[in-house]
Amino acid sequence: MEHTSLLERVLRGIALTLVVIFFMFPIVWIFMMSFQTNETILRIPPQLVFEPTLANYTALITGKLETASGTLDIAFMRNLWNSVFLSVTSVAVALLLGVPAAYAFARHKFRGSEDIAFTLLSFRFAPALLVLLPLTLYFQKLGLANTYFGLIWVYQLICLPLILWIVRGYFEDIPADIEYAYRIGGHSWFATFRKIALPLAGPGIAAAGLLAFIFAWNNFVFALVLASADKQPVTVGALAFITSSGIQYGQISAAIVLSITPTLALALYAQRYLVEGLSLGAVKG
Amino acid sequence: MASLELKNVVKRYKSQTVLDDLSLTVADGETLVLFGPSGAGKTVLLRLVAGVIDPDEGKILIGGEDMTDVDAEFRGVGMAFQNFALFPHMTAFDNIASPLEARHSSKGVIKAGVESVAKLLKIDHVLSHKPRALSNGQKQRTALARALVGSPPLLLLDDPLRNVDAKLRFEMRLELPRLLHDRGATVIYVTQDYKEAMALGNRIAVMSQGVIRQLGTPEQIYREPANIEIARLFGDPTINLLDVKPARDAKGIYVGLSNVQVHLAGAFEAAVGRDCVIGLRPEALSFVNEATPGAFPVTVEAETPLNEKIVTLVRTVRGREILVSRPAGAPGQAEGKAHIAVDSKSALLFDHASGERIGANKVVNLRSGEAA
Repeated sequence: MEHTSLLERVLRGIALTLVVIFFMFPIVWIFMMSFQTNETILRIPPQLVFEPTLANYTALITGKLETASGTLDIAFMRNLWNSVFLSVTSVAVALLLGVPAAYAFARHKFRGSEDIAFTLLSFRFAPALLVLLPLTLYFQKLGLANTYFGLIWVYQLICLPLILWIVRGYFEDIPADIEYAYRIGGHSWFATFRKIALPLAGPGIAAAGLLAFIFAWNNFVFALVLASADKQPVTVGALAFITSSGIQYGQISAAIVLSITPTLALALYAQRYLVEGLSLGAVKG
Repeated sequence: MASLELKNVVKRYKSQTVLDDLSLTVADGETLVLFGPSGAGKTVLLRLVAGVIDPDEGKILIGGEDMTDVDAEFRGVGMAFQNFALFPHMTAFDNIASPLEARHSSKGVIKAGVESVAKLLKIDHVLSHKPRALSNGQKQRTALARALVGSPPLLLLDDPLRNVDAKLRFEMRLELPRLLHDRGATVIYVTQDYKEAMALGNRIAVMSQGVIRQLGTPEQIYREPANIEIARLFGDPTINLLDVKPARDAKGIYVGLSNVQVHLAGAFEAAVGRDCVIGLRPEALSFVNEATPGAFPVTVEAETPLNEKIVTLVRTVRGREILVSRPAGAPGQAEGKAHIAVDSKSALLFDHASGERIGANKVVNLRSGEAA
């Protein structure tokens, strides 16, 4: 980076601008749509200047959707809460189960450990639709259909393998000598796990947790089939905007803006720590 | 205080045997140096004693107690690692304090303990730093302080000077023996540096391929190496090794060096008529005038003054190269023809085929690991 010519810098600037425009345009457009009515959105040609309205957001928050054919009740805020609750709880459960498991897989080679770890990973290979039918039948038998408990359980198929495999790599990167040194000092294996392994794998655990959260948040098909309206997250709830009298673009946009806000905020907040933790080479003595 | 005893310890990784039926006794308060090339099994041996890996066979006794199945945290040993193995997320203070914290000592006791050992090792001014901010020498001292702080009766030091610069290594080589002696602990010290081994060890165990090849005092290892390999590992400049076939005449046993019969003092009867290798330490050779008995002619090739000593490379009549080392100021020659003589008492003879030393006046019992 030391000797960059002016031309090089200009070209780099142009390239970066293009990339940013390419990726940011849909988000900006949706953000703008969320402040417009259906009529202004569907105007041809589309216009950049419009009179902003908060009607879309009001409708979402009050739960009353005004359409040409009358007023519809929508449960968007309920869906948003479901999303938050399901994702947070699933990731928390997956971290609680996955991090100790990852440590065991990283540090102790026991009979069949590789097979178990791979089986868990293979949950990610199977298309969700393939397991849905038997799962639905079992859930109905067990009384787990349309419960938060059941959904969080199924969400472990998404979160657990992810966390297990990412965090395992981080644990393996910690030199065993560091842990040995702590144990020789007189600490139990559990103290070593808590005071040495966990803090050193911290950035990795955070990254895995964030990724699992995004995957859980974006999940659609499990919740569509296994839960009814009052337990469904936003991804499924958004279907309500496709009404008999047309698609409510304004409300959909507002819903999108509201539903990407938590993940976006989390990613932006965590990113600082992730980059810091990963680039400092925390594990190197 | 603690003695250490290993009984017939075997350690295998997959099909490879890393330690092969190894037995060793270290007396209470003794410093034993494990010396050998990398891959000899020194570090594995240390880890077995520390309890972080388990032997496949055999027993490990610390202070007379069987510790073979006891977890590392209950063995009460201190260990310093070659790569320091400091806890990167803790300050130097917390690093050193960790063995004391494990005993649930009070804050005051911990602070006093850490500060006294830090002062001893001259790192008291960097205690608030994280390992990342420490120099290699400070890291090494922090690791050493962490091993020492709990005053463990058994100290395991795995090549602690390996990763520090030459100057610090020299300083520590002088400081460590006193430091270790003052602690009164039993010490096992692993190193690949023969000078460290000679400086620190009450006894030295020379290892290769998972077996102890020779066990003895530094003096014994240097004067009576069990085989050519060990003779070559100890000493700088390296020992001169020349193929000879000893013979006998009226004056005793002699070897031919540059067509001169050089008589040897020592019990070498067994070597007569066999293909042998004679080992001549460079400092056992000296420049003499032609009339000296046993003097043989050489040509001086090059001279390297090394402050306290001068090393000269000479060539014999038959074209073999020999290194001669003499203290600075001793008579010598920088070029041309010269004569050198052997201090016949310090000549070593090895069997050419097996490499074993001939005429050992002491029998070294390898199995029990004791010089009988």
